[in-house]
Amino acid sequence: MDLTIFLLAVFDGVAYAALVFIVALGLTLIFGVMRILNVAHGSLYAIGAYVTVSLVAWAVAAGAAPVLAFPLMIVSAILVGVALGGPIEWLLLRRIYDKPEVLQLLVTFAVFMILEDVQRLVWGTQPYFQSTALMTLGNVTVFGVTYTVYQLILLPLIALVLLIGMRVFLRHTVVGKLILATTEDREAAQSIGIDADKVFLLTFVLGAVLAGLGGALASPTTSILPGMGADMIVLSFAVVATAGLGQIEGAALTALMLGLGRSFAVYLWPEVSVLVPYVIMIVVLSFRPQGLFSTPAARKI
Amino acid sequence: MKKIALASLFAAIPFAVSAAEKPETLKIGMTTFLTGPASVFGVPGQNAAEILVKNINENGGIAGVPIEISFIDEGAGAEALTSEYRRLVDEGAEVMMASISSGNCMTLAPLAEDLQVPNLMWDCGTQRIFEEADYKYVFRTQANAAPEMLATVVYLLKTNPDFKTIAVVNQDYAWGRDSWEIFSTALKAMKPDVEVLGEFFPKFGSPDFSTEISRLQAMRPDVILSTSWGGDLDTFVQQAFQRGLMNTSTFVLPLAESSLERLGNALPAGHIVGGRGDHYFLHPERRDDEDFKAFMEEYTEKTGQVSVYPVFHASQAFAALEAAYEKAIADNDVEWPSEEQLLAAFEGLEFQGLGRSVTIREDHQGVEDQLLGTSAQNGDYPFATLSNIMIFDGDDLTTPVGENSVEWIGGLDASFADSVAVDTFEK
Repeated sequence: MDLTIFLLAVFDGVAYAALVFIVALGLTLIFGVMRILNVAHGSLYAIGAYVTVSLVAWAVAAGAAPVLAFPLMIVSAILVGVALGGPIEWLLLRRIYDKPEVLQLLVTFAVFMILEDVQRLVWGTQPYFQSTALMTLGNVTVFGVTYTVYQLILLPLIALVLLIGMRVFLRHTVVGKLILATTEDREAAQSIGIDADKVFLLTFVLGAVLAGLGGALASPTTSILPGMGADMIVLSFAVVATAGLGQIEGAALTALMLGLGRSFAVYLWPEVSVLVPYVIMIVVLSFRPQGLFSTPAARKI
Repeated sequence: MKKIALASLFAAIPFAVSAAEKPETLKIGMTTFLTGPASVFGVPGQNAAEILVKNINENGGIAGVPIEISFIDEGAGAEALTSEYRRLVDEGAEVMMASISSGNCMTLAPLAEDLQVPNLMWDCGTQRIFEEADYKYVFRTQANAAPEMLATVVYLLKTNPDFKTIAVVNQDYAWGRDSWEIFSTALKAMKPDVEVLGEFFPKFGSPDFSTEISRLQAMRPDVILSTSWGGDLDTFVQQAFQRGLMNTSTFVLPLAESSLERLGNALPAGHIVGGRGDHYFLHPERRDDEDFKAFMEEYTEKTGQVSVYPVFHASQAFAALEAAYEKAIADNDVEWPSEEQLLAAFEGLEFQGLGRSVTIREDHQGVEDQLLGTSAQNGDYPFATLSNIMIFDGDDLTTPVGENSVEWIGGLDASFADSVAVDTFEK
């Protein structure tokens, strides 16, 4: 493999990993704080994409400048996080935190199924494609291969900003510290006056916004169609499980591993490219069942 | 008098045995994808079926019997599909139409045989059904993967005879793999000097083909084949267009007729598009026919979209159904045919849906002509239409009865492309 091909594979792998990480970040945050495996995360991702496509198409039809597609992505993500994430936590999850994990899985799966039908009801079954944001930034040619600036530069940059931003938010802001304290020990946090219910609501909405943002950022590069949420949730779970549940930096590194693994497989051995994420997951979990970055949790008496 | 009465009674016996009582309604069950990625095809098929049933019923039904149709969602999974299929047959469905997925056809064909219900395979593509088993109750009202891929290779050779290299990007499931096997076998037989530079099988439903596109840009094949469909095909073509890959390679897209409208200007001129049969809303022979125009307008009015090939396939299934009942009634001089009479009518049946006429052979496989064209952006529509259209004779392209498609195609040679009967149209 010459250096050119090697570098091309790295560029492709990083671009792919960036998007996967952004979606997995929300899932990791929710599990890390709330210990909920949110299957509905996939639906929030898909609806984020649908809402973005609709808003951008509407804005373009109304004669808005193409660059407005970028703020509309953020607006879509916040809309999804607040309008769907909030009620899901407030009306459903709050009632089952102390219930067995299987019930939590069932409830979030039920929400996922309902939201899948909602998507079909609202947007139908035809694929949507809206690439205004991607076209606005144009292309760049590297080693004779044309990339979109959106995928090669913007997505990895956003992933990096989110990784650093989340770290700063959790460790250097009051709200972040409240979240970490609640994550560490909910009962102790409540005993010193932290409103755990509010922290959980905020965390879930934040995770849902990240899911919606993932969909919004994915929308300029892919067809938005039924089933896209299921696909992403499987990949996100693979990242989160391999990293170790709740490990944000681990999720970033694992997404990078999966992205690069898949990319090099396409370049060198395309027949196995489909298997790569799962092979990586199996190998890691065989040696470290708790995930790459988790340490076995001490049992609280 | 007594003798006459006795003679009348005896004369009536064979009649009573073979004819059936005319039902109040003809119950039909149709499987189609209403959820999941394949609903891109399933919902247009359902929309078409609803229009067709409405129109048939408004014209008095089949021999005076109105149709009552029920739909089963193929997206619910094989287990739910088979139990719903059984339920509909138990509740009196006289004919079933199944299915879109080749996997579901493989599952439901033996079930239809067990349940002894006539089943029209209205959209699935696998050529294996009648090559691996004989069926009494199962018929296919359209072509299969073998003539579809063979026609594509012949069109490619006729329009791009000098290409030297090819790469493939197909979905990683049965259709993607099987269609490439047929295509590559045909290519080896008819143009053995072509070099295959790369074979990519990204997973079904892949949201991103960026890596494959980078690799293809580095490889620079003359031709890129993709038998993908739905959102996968849309995404692949859109991303390839955005990154300029469509300027350096000719794309061959045998199922892209169903994506033309969605792709808009992302499918530039000069790429090969197939319609899985002679399915195209601007069919060069039929576009001016009153019935064709009326249906196209009715469909667009109902859905806001142009007709795509599952719409045509649905029309063929209903045309076959009507034709078979009419033939069975006429051949046997009855008011309503028995099941045996209906089954007999399907064999050798010639019928016409929205495209050219189709014939059902003795092995129950439909023989359907194949339409391909080259994309053109001429401004008539906000999406690509087809130029240099060719319609190939289905008889020449369909694997002979009793033979295995891959083996038969592997035995062809370079002269085959010129031996296939073809009609060429400028638009």
